[in-house]
Amino acid sequence: MNALELARWQFGITTIYHFVLVPLTIGLTPLVAIMQTVWYRTGNETWLRLTKFFGKLLLINFALGVATGIVQEFQFGMAWSEYSRFVGDVFGAPLAMEALAAFFIESTFLGLWIFGWERLPKKIHLATIWLVAIGTNLSAYFILAANSWMQHPVGTTYNAQTGRAEMTDIGAVLSNPTLLSAFPHTIATSFLVAGTFVAGIAGWWMVRAVRAKNESLARSLYRPAVLLGVVVMLVAGIGVTLSGDTQAKLMFQQQPMKMAAAEALCVSEDGASFSILAIGNLANDCAGVRHVISVPGLTSFLANGDFSSHLDGVTEIQQRDEQRFGSEVNYSPNLAVTYWSFRLMIGLGAGSAALALLALWLTRKGRVTGNKWFARLALGAIPTPFLAASFGWLFTEMGRQPWVVAPNPTGIDEIRLLTARGVSTSVSAGTILTSMIVFTVLYAALGVVWFRLIARYAREGAPETAPPATTDESETGPLSFAY
Amino acid sequence: MELTTVWFVLIAILWTGYLVLEGFDFGVGMLIPIIGRDDAERRVVINTIGPVWDGNEVWLLTAGGATFAAFPEWYATLFSGFYLPLLLILVALIVRAVAFEYRGKINSPAWRARWDAGIGLGSWLPSILWGVAFANIVRGVAINADAQYTGGFWALLNPYALLGGLTTLLLFLTHGAVFLALKTDGTVRARAGALAAKLSITTLVVAGGFAVWTQVAYSVTWTWAVVAVAALALLGVVVATSRRREGWAFALSALAILAAVVLIFGSLYPDVMPSTTDPAFSLTVTNASSTHYTLTVMTWVAVVLTPVVLAYQAWTYWVFRKRISTADIPAHTGLTFERSRERA
Repeated sequence: MNALELARWQFGITTIYHFVLVPLTIGLTPLVAIMQTVWYRTGNETWLRLTKFFGKLLLINFALGVATGIVQEFQFGMAWSEYSRFVGDVFGAPLAMEALAAFFIESTFLGLWIFGWERLPKKIHLATIWLVAIGTNLSAYFILAANSWMQHPVGTTYNAQTGRAEMTDIGAVLSNPTLLSAFPHTIATSFLVAGTFVAGIAGWWMVRAVRAKNESLARSLYRPAVLLGVVVMLVAGIGVTLSGDTQAKLMFQQQPMKMAAAEALCVSEDGASFSILAIGNLANDCAGVRHVISVPGLTSFLANGDFSSHLDGVTEIQQRDEQRFGSEVNYSPNLAVTYWSFRLMIGLGAGSAALALLALWLTRKGRVTGNKWFARLALGAIPTPFLAASFGWLFTEMGRQPWVVAPNPTGIDEIRLLTARGVSTSVSAGTILTSMIVFTVLYAALGVVWFRLIARYAREGAPETAPPATTDESETGPLSFAY
Repeated sequence: MELTTVWFVLIAILWTGYLVLEGFDFGVGMLIPIIGRDDAERRVVINTIGPVWDGNEVWLLTAGGATFAAFPEWYATLFSGFYLPLLLILVALIVRAVAFEYRGKINSPAWRARWDAGIGLGSWLPSILWGVAFANIVRGVAINADAQYTGGFWALLNPYALLGGLTTLLLFLTHGAVFLALKTDGTVRARAGALAAKLSITTLVVAGGFAVWTQVAYSVTWTWAVVAVAALALLGVVVATSRRREGWAFALSALAILAAVVLIFGSLYPDVMPSTTDPAFSLTVTNASSTHYTLTVMTWVAVVLTPVVLAYQAWTYWVFRKRISTADIPAHTGLTFERSRERA
């Protein structure tokens, strides 16, 4: 493999991995904050126990999220230096803002939250976890501003002398319509991930408690957590769907090739159908694609609200792009990857819905359940939104290939960059292979530890909590350590 | 002052913040097995930086992000050129970050020992490599007309850079020791203070030597004053640690690190990455920078946000100002991997 392919694999591996951990952090921090808020307001010990239970799991996740995030800040310069030179004037700013505005808040106040139990006044301690929640969500905004700019460059001009993109309007960059739909979509996804996580673990424990003849534990402790998780899942699920629809409609306008590939729509059509199953040549040959099951007119409807509207196919868009940008490049992304990741994203997202609806039914009117199958569904549902999120990112990033800065159809033509042109020219394939292997092995090892710790602490259940021994601000008592 | 110069200074400030704060994090991390002779003492050492290490590390991300935003050519050339050393630093930081959080999660001496090794690796390696990296930047490296580094990995391990690595290593060890002496009580405090006194002498000699070498070979006239400040600060650390004046020792140690950064950046300006191939190929504050517009936007962002960050980070140190001793360490709360008593 050459340096470009290796660099792409490395970026993909490290980023997908990072984004397994991040949605859980983004979604779970506010949920833990809510639990602690309920405890603060009502004094009900149940909610303190839930705060500490899910808080512990959050910290196990947060640490690896931070660790894998450090790499992200530097990767652009390391293997993608030519990309960095081209986009740095625009792209660097949101990254710097992310660190200054969001990372500082989340890291500083997390330390205060971990170590501040019984050390800070209760109200202030509560505020710390809320600030962490705000920090994580804010960080998503800035990084998505950067990514949205790659998908749909705005607020920028092209300097022919330097051959660089130059920012002209930060407001446009931070209010990019692509960003304004990507952000709610990502946040809703994160809440879906976290809600499923909470409902899944609490649901499993509810069944376990009932089967161990401890119905009061199931009813007083785990049922409320299940309900919290389920409500979050349902609201988030609706949010993901609505924002996903908005985003897709935008993509039809902004990146028509991506959406044509997502549908394996090779030839332009009026009233394009939504393909549920298509088979073809895995070597990505558009001509060999056969749609086996499809819903007539649905893609046109999803794109434009009109079952018979016109949609361009891969072939036509390729011809258009060749005229605009030159004929040596294949402007369509990998059809199989784009097509299947899009469908897997949608399909797996529905996995959580099954858990939510069943959980609501089984816990209606104060009930708890000891049903073994519900426990299995509860655990089995947890990974599905994680996978959906990963496939979503695979879709949108693989779907924008061969571009690393996709040309804006209504923008300046010269603001565009092929992925192949973005890779560092001074770094050898051997060096990139080395780092790719190192990161992959390291991340795999840490991932195993992460999973074992989360499983172990989840299996332990919510801890008993001792009533606070001293007053709010403890000068003389033992400090509540985490380490 | 030109915005490009303003941002040169701001990036120097961000690196100063990072090296002063993470300097003692690294020092403490390296000293865990040396100052902490048993489990409780080791936990004392780790918990001195427990609440703050993560917030301190963000200074690095901010410095990197700011470099990308303000001087994208510098960011690109530096991080692609120094790829392998940066990879080592990243691995070290990843392991350290996870180690801090995971160490206490399982109650087992073998588990703790493994993660302590991770904290150690994550503290020793960056302490050396940051010095190597900055020394190479100031010395100049092979950069061609296309702003690409052409020197390879081994060229970075030249004598000057290795001395730079030894300098930061000793600076951080000393800084960590004086921090421990300031933040702890009992046996740990005594041991840290004694070690700091011994280390400070070696640090004075090595760092002083590096500072003079830098000044003579790479610097300009006004930075002699910085060398003087650094030398006096290091001397002050020797005196303060021998007298166990812990607050002074820490302040002067921080000043020494600050002076080191000022020396580096003062020697560099107006270059950001001098080229040994041909001075005309050097990256400068002008040819490596972003547009005036971007620098203006970022200046507003920095001016508004940085004081806020400083304020709440300072508050954190105030909240956790109490000295820690082994008496403050509660029992282990970690689980074991074996199934514990049935809870339901």
